[in-house]
Amino acid sequence: MVTAAAAPEAAPAVAQWEAVIGLETHVQLGTASKIFTCASTAFGDDPNSHIDPVVCGLPGTLPVLNQKVLEYAVKASLALNLNVAEHSKFDRKQYFYPDLPKNYQISQYDEPIAEDGWIEVEVAEKGKETYLKRIGIERLHMEEDAGKLVHAGSDRLAGSTHSLVDYNRAGVALAEIVSKPDLRTGREAAEYASEIRRIMRYLGVSDGNMQEGSLRCDVNISVRRGPDAPFGTKVEIKNMNSFSAIQKACEYEIQRQIKAYEAGEPVVQETRLWDEGKQLTKSMRSKEGASDYRYFPDPDLGPIEVSPLQREAWLAELPELPAAKRHRYADELGLSIYDARVLTDERPMAEYFEAVVAAGADPKAAANWISGDIAAHVNANRLSYNALPLRPAQLAEMVQLIEGGEISGKIAKEILPELLEQGGSPKAIVEERGLGMISDPAAITAIVDALLAAHPDEVEAFRAGKTKLQGFFVGQLMKQTGGKADPKLSNQILNTRLKG
Amino acid sequence: MSHISAEDVRKVAQLARLQLPEDKVQAYTGQLERILDYVAQLEAVDTEGVPPTTRAVEVVNVTREDRVEPTPVREDLLNLAPQREGDFFRVPRILAD
Repeated sequence: MVTAAAAPEAAPAVAQWEAVIGLETHVQLGTASKIFTCASTAFGDDPNSHIDPVVCGLPGTLPVLNQKVLEYAVKASLALNLNVAEHSKFDRKQYFYPDLPKNYQISQYDEPIAEDGWIEVEVAEKGKETYLKRIGIERLHMEEDAGKLVHAGSDRLAGSTHSLVDYNRAGVALAEIVSKPDLRTGREAAEYASEIRRIMRYLGVSDGNMQEGSLRCDVNISVRRGPDAPFGTKVEIKNMNSFSAIQKACEYEIQRQIKAYEAGEPVVQETRLWDEGKQLTKSMRSKEGASDYRYFPDPDLGPIEVSPLQREAWLAELPELPAAKRHRYADELGLSIYDARVLTDERPMAEYFEAVVAAGADPKAAANWISGDIAAHVNANRLSYNALPLRPAQLAEMVQLIEGGEISGKIAKEILPELLEQGGSPKAIVEERGLGMISDPAAITAIVDALLAAHPDEVEAFRAGKTKLQGFFVGQLMKQTGGKADPKLSNQILNTRLKG
Repeated sequence: MSHISAEDVRKVAQLARLQLPEDKVQAYTGQLERILDYVAQLEAVDTEGVPPTTRAVEVVNVTREDRVEPTPVREDLLNLAPQREGDFFRVPRILAD
């Protein structure tokens, strides 16, 4: 059972300390062209192949908003239960850094596209009770991404002689999602980030690929002595490119800050980088507090209005989201929390499962086949559920054959590889090859009797108390019948005959 | 009368990455003050009840289709840069602050 309770208590040694964590998540919106110009957003091409005068911020160019970006940002906002603003605008955030060709980033400051929402996160950790937690979301805003720097003469900025700039990513559309400081543990932070990614993938607004930088998380973290104490000094951590890195970086940083306070040392407000190799955070040693972004409305871009009608139209296009599916699978289909979580992780798998159930399969049995053998096959061969030769109705047919006692689970496992490769009707295959289950007691009794006669020593040993030998006879029986004997009936008959 | 200090002028110059010789600070302080005073004349206008605006022409939702068009001027753009290295723009060493 999932309970909507608070996080389990921390270990006694650090019980008085509480971490306060907030996440800023940058989600690359999966449009074909950039946010304000028609240059491509393709990843992995030669440096600077997707630049144009708007990307480079040349004088006289005019950015124009990509309508798909607006649609994706609003849909993402609706899925995160945010209030979509009827009126919103773009601002210029000024700073000098070579990854920014214009010396300002077009972003949204005081009138973001959406504010004040939440998502429900299921926090599951090995050895601990799974619990639900609602995490507040401060805002979502649209902005453009920056370019990529390669530091020459050194693998780090410090010590490099010069830098090379690739603006392919500059101007790619981002949605920045800012959580409220509602997260308390590294695990909660990782679960929150992965739920954001799952939602974006369900919506089809982003591929959420962390390795390619389509989803990037910055963590803000501080510690305090208990839930009523004032917030401690906030530290920002960057450079985590997996959910487990987010968790570990938080856990490391929490301990680092607690140790500092307990040793009477100050925690300074700074940005730290997660070092995956060394599994620790280290200071970037850059000057903080000196930034002054001087936001002002971008005169090149008109305001954005989302009418209630447009909002409703986009809302109607949202798919059922992962949290709703998890609840429905557990409450209506009777699946375990674990199964519901596994099946809903990716939308194509969830939809495949639902089609199998709709075709008449028992949900629990369908869940086992899909999350087991079928997922293994799909993942190992990098297939998509939509293109899987074994169609949902065919899998449902197989599940029903097993349930109806027409074939054994063993036979089903035997014909599955062929079905996965080529599809087809399990019923037809079973009939054609005579794989139907032997469930005639007389037939099984005859085979059992012949077996006992052929193995007198084992029968004697069994009767002398080595009852484990029943397994040996079951094995022999299945071998002789090619796995077709009804397992339950076989065991019953074997047991009776063995006991003499 | 607007009040701009020499410190304000140095800060603005720093934010704009302008190299400002110390003997010019006084002159620019006076000039900036006069510019602000000039603009401050607008404060005489009664704007009570007038919603703020950021543009002269009120248009909303100017958007374009999500369509990729090839960029034929890539070479020109790269060549415009003060320094180019292969397919990259080359920039001087970046200082932390």
